[in-house]
Formats: sequence, C-alpha cells, structure tokens
Amino acid sequence: MSEVLNRETPLAAAEHAVPGANRDAAYDVARIRADFPILTREVYGKPLVYLDNGASAQKPVQVLDAMDEAYRRYYANVHRGIHRLSQEATDAFEAARDKVARFVGAPNHDEIVFTRGATEAINLVANSWGQRHIGEGDEIVLTVLEHHANIVPWQMLRERTGCVLKVVPLTPEGSPDLQVYESLLGPRTKLVAVAHISNVLGTVLPVRQMIDMAHAAGAKVLLDGCQAAPHMPIDMRALGCDFYVFSSHKLYGPTGIGVLWAPFETLNEMPPYQGGGEMIDRVTFEETTFKSPPHRFEAGTPAIVEAIGLGAAVDYVEGIGLDAIAAHEESLLRYATERLSAIDGLTLYGTAKEKAAILSFNLEGPHAHDVGTILDRSGVAVRCGHHCAQPLMDFLDVPATSRASFGLYNTHAEVDALAAAIEKVKDFF
Amino acid sequence: MSSETASDPRLEELAETFEFLDDWEERYRYIIDLGNELPPLDEAEKTPANKVEGCVSQVWLLADEDPQHAGALRFRGDSDAHIVKGLVAVLLQLFNGRTPSEILVYDARGALDRLDLAGHLSPSRSNGLFSMVKRIRAMAAERAGAPVQ
Repeated sequence: MSEVLNRETPLAAAEHAVPGANRDAAYDVARIRADFPILTREVYGKPLVYLDNGASAQKPVQVLDAMDEAYRRYYANVHRGIHRLSQEATDAFEAARDKVARFVGAPNHDEIVFTRGATEAINLVANSWGQRHIGEGDEIVLTVLEHHANIVPWQMLRERTGCVLKVVPLTPEGSPDLQVYESLLGPRTKLVAVAHISNVLGTVLPVRQMIDMAHAAGAKVLLDGCQAAPHMPIDMRALGCDFYVFSSHKLYGPTGIGVLWAPFETLNEMPPYQGGGEMIDRVTFEETTFKSPPHRFEAGTPAIVEAIGLGAAVDYVEGIGLDAIAAHEESLLRYATERLSAIDGLTLYGTAKEKAAILSFNLEGPHAHDVGTILDRSGVAVRCGHHCAQPLMDFLDVPATSRASFGLYNTHAEVDALAAAIEKVKDFF
Repeated sequence: MSSETASDPRLEELAETFEFLDDWEERYRYIIDLGNELPPLDEAEKTPANKVEGCVSQVWLLADEDPQHAGALRFRGDSDAHIVKGLVAVLLQLFNGRTPSEILVYDARGALDRLDLAGHLSPSRSNGLFSMVKRIRAMAAERAGAPVQ
C-alpha cells in the first residue's frame, strides 16, 4: 500500500495533522471516554449511557477540532481555486481520501468515492453499475436481515429494469442460510448485496464464503459495511468483494459523508450517477466528457470539511487500533449477553457465533416503545422500533425490538446500568 | 394558551392529577393505568385506514357519533405500546363528546403543554402524540365538512 500512497504528503495535511490518540497497548477506556465531550453530560439528572451507536456514534474532540480547524484556518472550495486556501483545502480533502484508502486496505486512493452516506453509495451502485449491467430477468440476491437502504434501491432498479430480487432466509441463530443461498445463486445472478454485520442482530455474516460462492456463480458482491467499519478491521484485499460501502457518522466521524469503495477498473467503466460541476472533463452544449473516478462520481461541491472530519475519525480509531476496539467490544458483548440473558422474560434476538456488540431484545409484556421510554428516563439511550429492517421484523414475527449497540467508549458499568434499567422497566408492567 | 383551553374542566382535572404526581415514575404509571382502562379495539378495527403514522409503536384511532350528545364525536383508540395507549386515553378524555367545530378550535398544543406531556416526551414520541392530535382534527374536519387546518 505504501508504494501506492506515497505520493507527496500534502503540505496542509501535514500542518493540520491530527495526532493519533490512545496508542497505549492496554485498552484505557477512561482515557478514551475523555476524548468524547458529550459523554460527560447528564440526561434527566442521570449520567448518559449512550448505547445507540448502531444508529450513530458520538464524536471525539480530535474530529471536532479537525473540522473546527479547517473552517477557521484553511477553508475554501476544493479542486478549483488557484489560491493558497483552496490548495490547502484540496490537499486536506485528498489526504482524507488517502486515509480512508489506507483504512479499508484499498490499493489505490482513486478507488475511494466520497458520497453523502452509505445510502447514497448503494444508490450510486444501483443507478450506475446496476443500470448498465442488470437487465430484465437478471437476479439480485439479498438476505432477510438487510437494512432498507440495501433493499429499496434494488427494488427501484427492479422497477426500471424488470430484474428479480431473491431473498436468503436466516437460520434460527440469525445468520443467512447458506444452503438456500447456494441454491439461489444461478447463471442469472448478477449481484449479491448483503450486510457485513446485521444492524439488528449483530450477526457477522460469513462474507468470505458468500463472496467465493457468488464469484463462482459469476456474480459481483456488494457489502454494506456500516456496522462493520467501526467495529473490526476491514481489508478490501482480504475480503475480495466488488463494492463496499459505509458511513462516516457511525465511525465516530461527521454526518453527511460516506464511502463507496470499488476496484478502479470497475469504477472506471461505470457511467456517472449525477451530473454537475467537479465531475466533468470538458463541457460543450453538444457533448460532455467526464473525469476519471473518483471525481466522476462526486458532482458538485463535496462535503469538504466532513471529509476532513472523517479522515480524523479514521486516524482516531486507527490510533486505538481496530483489533483493540473489536476485543473491547467483544468483551462488552459477552458481559451484556450474560447480564441480559439472566433477566426473566427477556428474549434476545441473534445468537450467531460471530457477532458484534449489538443486542436486540424484547420483554414479555411491554412494547419496545415502552421499554425505550423507561430506559430513556433512566439515562440509557437505546433504539426502539423496526431499525429500518421491517422484513427482518416480519421474519422474527415481532413489531419492533429494543436495541443496545455498543461502541469503543462503552464500559462494563454501562452494561450494568442497562441491566438495572431493564429491571426497572419490569416494575412498570 | 386560548381561553378555550384554560377554562376546560377536563384538562384542569387531568392537570391537577399530573401535578400531584410530581415524580416521573408515578406519572408514567398513571398514564399506563389510563391505557389499561381503555377498552381495546376489535382486531377488525385495527385497519391500515385507522392507523396513525408517525409512531414507533402502532396506534389506531376511530371516530363515531357520540350516542349521548347529538352532533358530538366519540373517539376510540388503541396501541400496542402501554405508554402510548395511555396517551391515547388522555387525548380521548380531552376530545370525546365535543362537536367537530369545538375540536377544531381546541388548543391541543396548549393542553399538552399544560399537562407537561410535550416536554416530558422526546421529539419522536411527541411527534407520535401530535400525529394523533392531527388525526383527531382531520376526523373532526371531515365531519364538519371543513378543510383541515
């Protein structure tokens, strides 16, 4: 990778570099928490216990400062200006792309497309690659546990092209049934689009195996990495998928920016998705030629400062180490599973062996909405509802669940607070 | 707050009870009790048309003629969440037996503020509450033959 990314370190990026945080070998969660200003606040007079990281994560001061610094010291539009500020902003913006390339193990920074979020990244693939390569009768394979963002764009493509969606059911543990999956792969399968980690069940999908099986059938694979990117090391070369998407805001970075990764050759033969400035090579009223990837897919002024914030977030999690984060969260998962399983009348959904620190549950009696309301008053923030995964709710045969999703700053004491708050809910019903 | 709401004896009664229960736990317990006392809807009445959008949980609302007051409406409602069902019960206490035109001029926002419900529920849940009020007003407007405001 270094030989690919060793182009001159941008001056501005060096000047405004964010120092890596928490490089200690031991996982010092107290020190990590001190990086997140919001974690010191109270709700309803109680310390905030933030367990809604699956929906969006809080931001460390390193990200906040990087963005503040950009606006205060070197903000201008990128890729256009000949003036100094624009050059510095462009350097910092492209340095963020380099960081993201390094973070995902992409061999080339031109394989990183900045989008508005993971949702837009999937829509980009559906509208550009999908529109060109998927026709009537062609098949797209999804699983029951997909987020709506990895369902609806394909349904819209189906409306336009007449393609067919095939859905893989789940085993009782909450993992895709690989036998059925294999049987659904066929000569018409053009794409397999699946989550890397389920946002509801926490299941880490057996993506290596699923990718091999898809490739053997001649299909490409898109992975929705929204829940995976913040929780475990991801490496495009090791995964071998064809598209990977994730959002910044779940990775402790700002909202409004996400990432699409695909091999350069794939991106290079994809038509543009949106037209505008920044993405053109030459425009006349007769004809327009387009820039190479990634800029071909980044029409208009991009989320400049958000990209810089995302770069700082990547530095931050790499500073702690994704392996260390994964180990910490694994320990939280084990403890939370133990504590919640001991609560009478509580059902946990998703018991896959490979699982991230996401616990979906229901209590006998109260609705998830009731549970969330009482937890909230106890200072514990969880998500309640269908989690943008209504087909999965139908599959589980529940209207909704409560979901506690852990992040790198959560503690074992917060697991205790969650368990105590759930016990309190039981007092009410 | 309009004089309409300020002089509403039902609202005053609810508000006094709520003020007496100054602890949030007691207040939620009371709301849950109100919901439990609400007669459940028949499954057949829980249709998509009767469903109120904008809630984490499911809420259904129906309006009939009030048999006791000619020209007035009687609302019935249900939810699969206990606290939300309690909130439905609060709304029914405020709105039942009123004519469509009374409902349309009723300061619902003021009433919910008076009960401190808007402030005690997070925006998404308040949105659920306000979606319910919106539906009640829409049903009243339909009966009054007036456009929804």
